[in-house]
Amino acid sequence: MDFVVATDLEEALDALGRGALPLAGGTDLMVGVNAGQRPDNVVALRRVRELRQRNGQRIGAGVTWRVIEDEGPRALAQAARTVGSPQIRNAGTLGGNVGTASPAGDGLPFLAAVDAEIELTSREGVRTLRWDEFFTGVKETARRTDELITAVVLPAALPGRQEFAKIGVRNAMVIATVACVVTRADDGTTTVALGSVAPTPIRIPEAEELAKTLSDPGSAALDEFQHLVAAGVRPITDHRSTEEYRRHGAGVLARRLLTRCLREGAA
Amino acid sequence: MIVMFELNGKSVSARVVHPTSLLAMLRDELRLPGSKNACEEGECGSCSVILDGDLVCSCLVMAADVERSVVTTVEGVGDDGKLHPVQQAMLDSGGVQCGFCTPGIVMTAVDLFDRVESPSPDDIREALAGNICRCTGYGAILRGLEAL
Ligand SMILES: Cc1cc2nc3c(=O)[nH]c(=O)nc-3n(C[C@H](O)[C@H](O)[C@H](O)COP(=O)(O)OP(=O)(O)OC[C@H]3O[C@@H](n4cnc5c(N)ncnc54)[C@H](O)[C@@H]3O)c2cc1C
Ligand code: FES
Ligand code: FES
Repeated sequence: MDFVVATDLEEALDALGRGALPLAGGTDLMVGVNAGQRPDNVVALRRVRELRQRNGQRIGAGVTWRVIEDEGPRALAQAARTVGSPQIRNAGTLGGNVGTASPAGDGLPFLAAVDAEIELTSREGVRTLRWDEFFTGVKETARRTDELITAVVLPAALPGRQEFAKIGVRNAMVIATVACVVTRADDGTTTVALGSVAPTPIRIPEAEELAKTLSDPGSAALDEFQHLVAAGVRPITDHRSTEEYRRHGAGVLARRLLTRCLREGAA
Repeated sequence: MIVMFELNGKSVSARVVHPTSLLAMLRDELRLPGSKNACEEGECGSCSVILDGDLVCSCLVMAADVERSVVTTVEGVGDDGKLHPVQQAMLDSGGVQCGFCTPGIVMTAVDLFDRVESPSPDDIREALAGNICRCTGYGAILRGLEAL
């Protein structure tokens, strides 16, 4: 067994270069270990200070949901508040959510909605990938095994209005059936991103185009907006829900969040 | 490998047969069976401990990752044979039936009262979102903690 408790980035990258599996909060990884997985080379990242830093638009991969809940941008903080339980939010990190790349990762729709970049660092250097270059499939990413996710980089200016919501069977401790983020900038530019309705987080460009022309939260065109979102998602039926329910939920949720953004804009 | 850390105020060392959880190390190596194992998936909270100041599920912490850390378990919250006020409140209100969830609920409440001076009923409910109790229906637990 190889286990390195890394205290700085250098140590972490060296271990990764030797094939170690990164361990952050463990809230995804340990579920697998308890079920019988036996990684024989692990590097623990909890003490790597560089990963826990937040400055400006850069959120270190090791920042926990607990911190994001209090200090993150509005819609990401809203998402953080719905992750698991206090115990899970104290341990679980944004970098771990990105690393797992589950279609139901609650942090991911926000990253898609604001066109965030994922910063990857290895002993060879640093590269940043846009979210849609990084997430390549269900639990699949463009990260090489010798690369560490070091940060999520947000654009310099975030949209003034942003709303997150998710559908699940209860209020806490629930994996999303559908998750959605809608953002709106002062010039009317609107983004619509969803999770749990496709292999990766997705945007719905047709709905975004239409939304740009809307400003009245009571507009009849919201029916068309809802329809475009429902038509644009690619959900599946599984143990948590059906394709039909997810499609319907996606439209309803996006419409509700757009309405909230428009109301706020009018106020 | 040997892991050294501070457990309930004392330095300890334990052998870990990688890769296992802190919960397994506490129960099997260190013989502290207070932290319970009910799901090993982070869902039930019966294994809750305080690790470096944060309430976490010990089933989701890799044992080797507590090297040089500070861990408090339910065995460490009382004072010299005296129950912690949270433990006494749970007893007084009948918030303990089979008792399996109790250590986790005690740790969650100890953490809450450490952070928030007089938590509201909603604060208490939210804090307990990750602790499952199959017996009490939560009413007696909430009454006990609200009285503190
Ligand atoms: C009971 C329970 C409830 C949950 N509820 C939710 C929920 O509501 N919403 C939600 O989205 N998720 C939920 N999760 C999943 C999990 O908590 C989150 O995905 C969390 O963000 C994972 O972060 P972590 O730090 O614990 O990751 P870890 O488990 O430490 O790591 C996850 C994966 O990412 C890799 N990794 C971690 N850090 C890095 C890095 N810096 N660079 C490269 N790779 C890295 C690891 O190797 C591993 O493959 C839940 C989990 C549990 C057990
Ligand atoms: S045993 Fe750890 S949460 Fe259930
Ligand atoms: S008292 Fe039995 S599970 Fe809570």
